Amino acid sequence: MIPTRESFLNWAMIAALLIVPLAAWSLDEPFIITLATKAAILALAGVGLNIALGLGGLISLGHAAFFGIGGYAMGILAAHAQNYEPLFEWPFLFEGSNQMPLIWLVAIVCSACAALVIGALSLRTSGVYFIMITLAFGQMLYYFAISWSAYGGEDGLSIWVRNDFPGLNTLDPIQFFAIAYVILCLALFFAARLARAPFGLALAAARQNADRVEAVGLTPFTLRLTAFVISGAITGLAGALFADLNRFVSPTMLSWHTSGEIMIFVILGGVGRLYGPVVGAALYILLEHLLGGISDYWQIFLGVLLLLIVLFARGGLIGALAGREKAHG
Amino acid sequence: MAEVVLKTHGLSKSFGALQASRDVSLDLRAGEIHALIGPNGAGKSTLIKQIAGNLVPDSGTVELLGRDVTALDTVARARMGLGRTFQISALAMEYTVLQNAVLGALGGRGSPFRFFRNVMKDPDLLETAHGALDRLGLAEDADRRTADLSHGQRRQLEVAVALTLEPKLFLMDEPMAGLESAGSRALTGFLDGLRQEAPILLVEHDMDAVFALADRISVLVYGQIIATGTADEIRANAEVRRAYLGEEDAA
Ligand SMILES: Nc1ncnc2c1ncn2[C@@H]1O[C@H](COP(=O)(O)OP(=O)(O)O)[C@@H](O)[C@H]1O
Ligand SMILES: [Mg+2]
Repeated sequence: MIPTRESFLNWAMIAALLIVPLAAWSLDEPFIITLATKAAILALAGVGLNIALGLGGLISLGHAAFFGIGGYAMGILAAHAQNYEPLFEWPFLFEGSNQMPLIWLVAIVCSACAALVIGALSLRTSGVYFIMITLAFGQMLYYFAISWSAYGGEDGLSIWVRNDFPGLNTLDPIQFFAIAYVILCLALFFAARLARAPFGLALAAARQNADRVEAVGLTPFTLRLTAFVISGAITGLAGALFADLNRFVSPTMLSWHTSGEIMIFVILGGVGRLYGPVVGAALYILLEHLLGGISDYWQIFLGVLLLLIVLFARGGLIGALAGREKAHG
Repeated sequence: MAEVVLKTHGLSKSFGALQASRDVSLDLRAGEIHALIGPNGAGKSTLIKQIAGNLVPDSGTVELLGRDVTALDTVARARMGLGRTFQISALAMEYTVLQNAVLGALGGRGSPFRFFRNVMKDPDLLETAHGALDRLGLAEDADRRTADLSHGQRRQLEVAVALTLEPKLFLMDEPMAGLESAGSRALTGFLDGLRQEAPILLVEHDMDAVFALADRISVLVYGQIIATGTADEIRANAEVRRAYLGEEDAA
């Protein structure tokens, strides 16, 4: 295959995301490693959203729900592991855990189930109604978390030590970064395959022309619902990692600001571009770090940048640098 | 008499005060082209949509391959073997021509829930897709973006995508609309042969094409079928001439 400018950019991006923390590690700059970890995790959340938004054309303003559910899956399991109280004893004994693989599994399953329910209800609508219904579901969970005092309510839930991953010291920033980075790469690989698979072809066709998809005997609704569930599961996994990064989960993860931020990563990088969320999240973290030091109002700059991209580069930064997307295949 | 593949019985459909279908009963038999003609706004597309499952009739039934499908949706009817082209091209515009054809083949196979294999390397789907494109003369354009095609090529692609389903019957809503005469003649020639594979219910404005192709013609005026018959019968029908062919003295 001839490498296109876009694939070159993609490789450069994913390499930079690896080289920067490695350099920081050798220079003993743990804070930079943490920033890179945060970028990788937020990119993962964006990769999830991009499957619904970019491939499926589903403008979900409720992905914070899945991000937060993933976060609370981590917080709740770890809190119970911390105080040795089981979550529940009936119908079977379910104890807390501080093992990341199990936490991830629970985060994925819970956010996928939530996406199935939210998707099944909201995908019956489209356009503005879809945006509003996903937003409403997200806010519903947000208010629920605020009032759920057993798990910290408004104050959230802190975990004393980061959870374990077999064979690694997760408290070492570079090792935790490695975990987040590998998961991001796996998710990118999966998303790339998905886009080219029969499912991706049919899903993206349903975005372009639902009548055509129906006329060839495929159901847009089930395609979209499946995409929504996969999308929610990936964003949920990102939420579990994000909570572990901060050793803290709070209702903020569920708020619509979070949904908006995840969407901003995707738009900055380029909607439907595989590496769009990576570019977007990295840029976001970079701006937050560089401009946030200058002014508390750094998000104004972000707003201006976003406006410029929406007005002049509809393919996001990747689109601006690499040109029109080649039709996939 | 040849087997009846499609049959509508007393279809009626109103949009508010406007009655777009009035008690429409027609059938389509194996091996034939049944043309549906009528002035603009007569209700041809409305009828096609009720047959395809996009519109629910107010009353009446649609029978496909001997089965009452009135309650089934578009997808289920497509799966049963109904291949359809739209009056206004409905294609995935960002896709290449080949991708649109592969999409059709994928629909025909009916198993889109595969998440890992590259669909554009699936030999079966590619064979079906290329086969259909070849037959419509689109082989050279396979890698072009659909949005970059000419209007006429999009019309051909509509037919090609329907072919990839290997349907048991075709519903075609003005496939020649907007084609220049050479394209229209080529498509007429193609449809002529196609009826052997699957019968066609053909809505068409191009009277040359209709009279050249149709085994039977039904004339729809104000939502109502006023005559059904062979080309000669329709030409000679006084009511048709008055209502549709625009002749003042139809005697
Ligand atoms: N969805 C709709 N709502 C209201 N009126 C409609 C709708 N679809 C079609 N019509 C009207 O029904 C009549 C028949 O339309 P149509 O079936 O498209 O005619 P044809 O295809 O024969 O030109 C027209 O008067 C049209 O304006
Ligand atoms: Mg019409």
